[in-house]
Formats: sequence, C-alpha cells, structure tokens
Amino acid sequence: MVAAARSRPTDTAWRLRLARREASGLPEIWALLDRLTDPEIPAVSLWDLGILRDLAWRDGRLIVTITPTYCGCPAMSEIEADIRATLEQAGYGPVEIETELKPAWSTDELSPEAREALRGYGIAPPCIGSALTEKPQCPRCGSGQTHPLAEFGSTACKALWQCDECHEAFDYFKPI
Amino acid sequence: MAEQNTRQDTLEYAQRLGDDAVVLGHRLSEWCSNAPFLEEDLALANTALDFIGRARMYYGYAAELADDGRDEDDFAYLRDQRDYRNLLLHELPRGDFAFTQARQYFIDVYNQLFLEELRQSADERLAAIAAKAVKESRYHLRRSRDWMLRLGDGTEESHRRTQTAVDNLWGYTHELFELDPLEQRLVDAGVAVDVAALRDPWREQVGTLLDEATLRQPADDWAVRGGREGYHTENLGHLLTEMQALHRAYPGCSW
Repeated sequence: MVAAARSRPTDTAWRLRLARREASGLPEIWALLDRLTDPEIPAVSLWDLGILRDLAWRDGRLIVTITPTYCGCPAMSEIEADIRATLEQAGYGPVEIETELKPAWSTDELSPEAREALRGYGIAPPCIGSALTEKPQCPRCGSGQTHPLAEFGSTACKALWQCDECHEAFDYFKPI
Repeated sequence: MAEQNTRQDTLEYAQRLGDDAVVLGHRLSEWCSNAPFLEEDLALANTALDFIGRARMYYGYAAELADDGRDEDDFAYLRDQRDYRNLLLHELPRGDFAFTQARQYFIDVYNQLFLEELRQSADERLAAIAAKAVKESRYHLRRSRDWMLRLGDGTEESHRRTQTAVDNLWGYTHELFELDPLEQRLVDAGVAVDVAALRDPWREQVGTLLDEATLRQPADDWAVRGGREGYHTENLGHLLTEMQALHRAYPGCSW
C-alpha cells in the first residue's frame, strides 16, 4: 500500500494521445487545429486540453474525433462549431465530428504545455493520477500550503482554493 | 429475436436513466441565482449541468437505438409525465437547502455504487457513459457528504431542517433498489445493474454518515413507488410544464 502510494505518477495517458496524433499522419491539419483554444480557458488549446483525439479521412470526408471534458460541459457545441469553421474555411469541409466517450477524458491527458499555460494563467494545474486528496500548489507564489474554499469554481472543471501564505484565492483545475 | 428484445429493453433502460438525470438536473438548476451564497450557486449549477449532460448521453443513445427519427430533444421535451420513468426521489420539489443537499447525498451515494456497476455492463455504450459519469459523481458525493456533516452537526436549526429532510425523503429511497421485469431481463443479459444488490452497501454508507452527522436514521414504515411505471407525484407535471414550455411553443428553437 505504501509502495503504491509512493510510486511515481506517470504521463502514460498523455503519451498515448501523442502517439495517436502522430499515427494519423496529418500534421498540416493538426497545425490548423492547434490554434483553437478552449472558450472558457483561452490560454490552453483544445489539443493541449485533450479534447481533440484523432483525425482521419474516411470515404473522402475528414473525421474529427473529440471527447467531452465533463458530461455537462456547456462549451462543447461552441468547440464543435470552431473546429468546423476552421477546417471548412481551410477547404477541408464539410467535416464530420465524432464524439468518443471511451476512454473517459482524464486530466492525465493534458499536455505538459497545458499544465504550464494553466499555471501562467493563474490556474493551478491538476496533479497526475486523478488523486482527490492531493493539495495544489499556489499558482502565484508556489506555496504548497493551500486549502479548499469551494468544490466548484467558475466552471465545472475547477475548484476554488486559497493560499495560506500569500492569501490569494485561485482556481484549481480538478484532477479527474 | 432475443437480440431485438434486448435492444428494445436497452432503449427503455437508457431512457429511464436519462429521465432520472434530466429531472434531477432541472431541480438543481432551479437554485441558479437563488442559492445561499455565490460558491454554492456555482456548485449547484455545475452539478445540474453534469446531470443534464448525462441525460443527453442517455437520450442520445436511446434515440440511436430507436432509430425512428427522434433525437435527444424529443425524449426530453416531447414526452408527458406518464411517459417519464424516473424514480420519484428525483422529482420532489427542491425544498429548502437541507432538503436539496440530503436528496443529493442519497443520490450521490447511490450513483457512485450504481455507476461503478454499470461500467461493467455488457453494453459498451452504457459502460462508457458510466465510466465518464462516475468520476464526476465522486466529486458530487464529496461535496454533498460534507454538507450533510455541516448541516446535521451544525446549528440547532440546520440540524432540525436536515433531520426533517431525511425523514421526508426516506420513504422514497426504497424504490431505488427495486427491479421490475424489464430490468431483471437486462440484468440477466449483463446489461443493467442489479440494484437490489446495492441496497446493503448504500444503507451501510448512509447509516454511518447519518451517525456521524448526529442524524437519526428513519424507520422503514412507509414507502412510495411507481416512477418506473410512469406513476408520479403531482410535482413532475409542474416541472415538465416549465421545462418543456419553450420547446413546445417554438419547436426546435435554438439560440
């Protein structure tokens, strides 16, 4: 038990995702989509968040596979519209968007860039391993002495925490 | 033939689970801008969104299985109360804050047990929806459990209100653990959750928490049931009237 708790969390989920992107063999289309960001967290791209999963041509149509972050994420329809508009404008349309539920989205799929961008944006990134018990570090001063204020912050994916040292309240991207 | 029957049963099952989710999601959304303080307003609205999102997934699947041109909106907005098959616990009016949190706690404990089982379903789509939703239910439960402790073991008034809520809700919890012939067939096919088996673990978890929150577990001397057969309390009709009004007045409207 102790050994398990101490074992280093891994970034397997992220690596698998990266491998899938590379296997699709469509770097120029990925590059187009890399410009799209989350409507609620404009500092992070859809790819870095793990919403974009795959690209493929099927019967002459471009298929974009996405996954929702939370069941009730209200930004999903806007995200789909952004993807459609971007690709169709670039001459790839009409595209088809497929939603993939399995495996369920996890914050372990976030890219290392997403974690840095969140921190820079004032949001503490989620710990790897989806542990509900771990304390986030304050994104302002880096202190590990923090406490929760509310289980839900400004969106479903965030909780509201406060730093005990600099006393700043901050959003924590919940590990899930 | 057997496959066709299972498909029909699964459609009905997905619709039932969608009904549970959309009705509770609507009840929670009624708190939006009315909660005791801002953080709680956000938490209730976010939880409501999670349930409405689940309803969309279940209804979306039901619509695919039905394959008759209906979509998720038809399931949510164009069925009357007799066609709704949600468990009654979900439709009870939101009551005061204690009532909302006590109901949420009962349902969160139930969902965590239920979804863990549904993840193992032979039906891949239901299993995928459950695998996604169970992660959210863990957060819901952490919050509603915390509220039960704070309210139950809080002030004299919060204790009284929470005990009243628990007493008034208790008779509606029995229905959560009952299987009708349709669900029994699906349990045999490995698709549905055997909810009767969830009763003991639910009672154990809830009993421990009630103790800790200095609340009394009510006697099992009354029970109301009928949701899965379409027999509802008078509250559901009012809820649907409000929820469906816009879609019925302006079919297919979007903005």
